[in-house]
Amino acid sequence: MLTQFSAMMIFALCLSVVFAITQRSEPKLMIRFGAFCFALCVGGTIVASWLMYFIKR
Amino acid sequence: MATPTNAPAQASAQSAATSSSLPILCLIAGWLVPGGGHFMLRKPIRGALLFIAIVGMFAVGIALQGQIYSPNTGDLLDILGFIGQLGTGLLYLLAKMFDWGQASVTIALGDYGTKFIVVAGLLNVVAAIDAHSLANGRKAS
Repeated sequence: MLTQFSAMMIFALCLSVVFAITQRSEPKLMIRFGAFCFALCVGGTIVASWLMYFIKR
Repeated sequence: MATPTNAPAQASAQSAATSSSLPILCLIAGWLVPGGGHFMLRKPIRGALLFIAIVGMFAVGIALQGQIYSPNTGDLLDILGFIGQLGTGLLYLLAKMFDWGQASVTIALGDYGTKFIVVAGLLNVVAAIDAHSLANGRKAS
């Protein structure tokens, strides 16, 4: 069974692959943009999670 | 009747007609099968990656017991969800045909599954439009 974190990781990975291929032309730029999107998705989720944790307290 | 002098012009016109229909064909193929438009343009690696990413998202959504929307519920949010899921093309039709997914969300993770399926549809539309742009030369390569 997927945890919420692993579901988010799969979501971010698939989203990054599609964005990288469709938004950039060169393979090297695709890899960089895909890694950027993935880091932004995962990092943004972790930051938002901690924000919600402190808002609740 | 074709004469030897205008034969090259006719061939050129035929070529132009073929190339003008290619973008539309790529758009439709990309919508029906994720990555299909890129396969038509002989970009198999991109097509395979798009296929794996979009079908993977759809499969995870089904595995999480996501909801498959119907077109005629009358609820605005259901209609928007239906439009998003329709973007997956044949996958949506298969889901309807084989009764995959749920008619309504029953567990908390099922809501995540529904979002996975909707986003898979929207990403497939983006991928199909990318294939269209590649075919008509709007995108370089």
